[in-house]
Amino acid sequence: MVAPDAGGAAVTPTLFGRIQTRIFVLIVIGGLWTLVITPFLPILPNGGFDAGLVFTEFSGDRLVDFVYEAAFSILLGVTILGVLWELLYHLLQQFRWEKDWPTFFGAITIVNEGLLVWLLGRYGVFGSDAEAVINDQPLAFWLLFTSTWVVTFLFVNGPIRILSPRYRFRGGRLI
Amino acid sequence: MSVNETITLPGVGRQLIDDQPSGATQGDLTDALIGTDVWSDQMVAEAGIPVVDVPFVTVGGGIGSFIMADFLRVAGLPTSSIKALGANPEPWTTYEYLTRVSQIPRQERLRSDSGSCPDNLWGFPAYSIREAWEAKGLTKKLDPLWNVLTEPILTDYYTPRAGQVFNAMEKEARRIGWSEMHVQGLVRMTRRRTGGGYFTIFTPEVNTTGTKRVAYRSTYVHLAIGYPGLRFLDDLQAYRQTYEDYTRVANAYEPHEHVYDELRRKPGTVVVRGGGIVASRVLQRLIDDRDNHGAQTQIIHLFRTYVDSSHGPSPFMRRKGKDGWAYQGFNWPKGAWGGQLKFRLEKLEGDQRKALYQTMGGTNTPHRKLWLKQLARGRAEGWYQTEIGEVAEVVPGEGGTVVTRINTARGQLEIPANHVVDCTGLEADIREHRVLADLMDHSGAGRNVMGRLDVEKTFQVRGTDAAPGRIYAVGSATLGGYYCGVDSFLGLQYACLQVADDLARQRFVKRIGPGRSLRQWWRRMRGAQP
Repeated sequence: MVAPDAGGAAVTPTLFGRIQTRIFVLIVIGGLWTLVITPFLPILPNGGFDAGLVFTEFSGDRLVDFVYEAAFSILLGVTILGVLWELLYHLLQQFRWEKDWPTFFGAITIVNEGLLVWLLGRYGVFGSDAEAVINDQPLAFWLLFTSTWVVTFLFVNGPIRILSPRYRFRGGRLI
Repeated sequence: MSVNETITLPGVGRQLIDDQPSGATQGDLTDALIGTDVWSDQMVAEAGIPVVDVPFVTVGGGIGSFIMADFLRVAGLPTSSIKALGANPEPWTTYEYLTRVSQIPRQERLRSDSGSCPDNLWGFPAYSIREAWEAKGLTKKLDPLWNVLTEPILTDYYTPRAGQVFNAMEKEARRIGWSEMHVQGLVRMTRRRTGGGYFTIFTPEVNTTGTKRVAYRSTYVHLAIGYPGLRFLDDLQAYRQTYEDYTRVANAYEPHEHVYDELRRKPGTVVVRGGGIVASRVLQRLIDDRDNHGAQTQIIHLFRTYVDSSHGPSPFMRRKGKDGWAYQGFNWPKGAWGGQLKFRLEKLEGDQRKALYQTMGGTNTPHRKLWLKQLARGRAEGWYQTEIGEVAEVVPGEGGTVVTRINTARGQLEIPANHVVDCTGLEADIREHRVLADLMDHSGAGRNVMGRLDVEKTFQVRGTDAAPGRIYAVGSATLGGYYCGVDSFLGLQYACLQVADDLARQRFVKRIGPGRSLRQWWRRMRGAQP
């Protein structure tokens, strides 16, 4: 059938593509972003925290080191949970005729994923540092989580192709 | 319109140019050459055909050739190593012709994804981002971004305007030095060369050599000839030839403005045949004319296959459908270009591959709110009706009408109308194109499970090697291979990337790895030459 206007598609993930993308993007892009943003997170006097200055002493450490530890354990947790989420998303994708995963789904899954991380983090699943930040510094936590999400989301929806022009033809696999 | 079986396209129905004597009688093909499969340098010299040496020749000069040249330039090849041979002045000439006559002028939107960019290897920034960037006013800037973010859940798919795509290609053509690579004229054939590589016989439009033909001697040949030809439905072809009536029965891919003009002047009935996107567009045009120009057109829409609900072999492979149409964003399910379906198809051979093609294929059209609303209004007001059946024949009726006789579940039915528009878009056999026919007769090329040109996963044409040379083919002619999205911008990008990678493995070009990719992307963004 002639259809000379026929176009194609952005990235339509395969299961391996999903997992690879998730791990790479969260560790590399999410890691860099966490490194940059953490010192600027608003730490308010609350709970065990009594200072807004990230370079002040806190329980024998600098506060910033403490927050970094919390931030990176949350990032690691998000990555591991993310891989599990991908299994579920992949299952749901099977019911889609197009075998695609619309950008919109990629955007709204911030809600379920964010809530789960928050819930697990509150009960210390990502360690006590993360537990303290999530419970006593919700603003800092949500800022960290959403900004990392947005940065990785934007990266996956475009710039990643500059580094790997084959990415979109390989279901999101990088290797 | 002539009585040819195929529809004449710019650059496809090129018999005329080729048979015109270009003033020169010497340096033409000889019987010895035509009859010999593999040519030696001496044979070509004896025929007096001048030889041009260039390592890479791409045949067609359309969008497929353009994308290939673009990628090779990015992969480090100079313009002097590439020749793009084709009959048209611009890479998008044929494409623009087809879209324009099938009711997509430059300001209308194509059926193409935001990231399918023939002017941009990376598909980033995609058309939606560029449209937002260039738009004036906040709402206009946000519109395409919101669209692409929420497609196809809250909105229909974002698709670029035809004009945006052509303008972007024009800009990229300047950047990569397309005019230095492009030569206008007609390719007659490609033959293998004794000692390796190929001769591509070319009839230049402007005679500069004093000979009728020029032979391009290259290691690699890339065939991007587009549609071998477009065909009419058999019954309409029979009608046109028997009754010599070329005005009442039109194909959507030939100029048919006279149909709309007449229907605007006086009330009439039109039969629209086909359930694909072209039918959707022709219907939109007819209804727009009703709405904006007071036309009183009655539309009878004829389906051979009427889709009334979701359909498919399993809950995991079910396509939406309603009111006769099968709905799908693009001409294949999205996952066929680079997702699960691509990998599934790649593993299949023979009948299994054919079966997956059939499941994923079939006539379909995108879900667009405007179209659904227009047709719903037409049904409610009674000026849009559908019929289901096989056409038995088409004959002249009373008062200058044309009658379509169809076999339906209710028996035979006669539909008189002032016009019939064929929107089925049948493609001609690959033999209709002389270069492909010659390739099969003399160079070892064969057919795949769908009867088109048989290519490897690298898009190398099977059986045509002349080591170290290789022939590659991309585009519609290769449908039926390991990749189904060949007839699309993104599919051409994929195919040309596969070819570039294969050439890199042979150390002909550099591989476009992350470093080169990043550097080249930045050069493109700055507008610098590759």
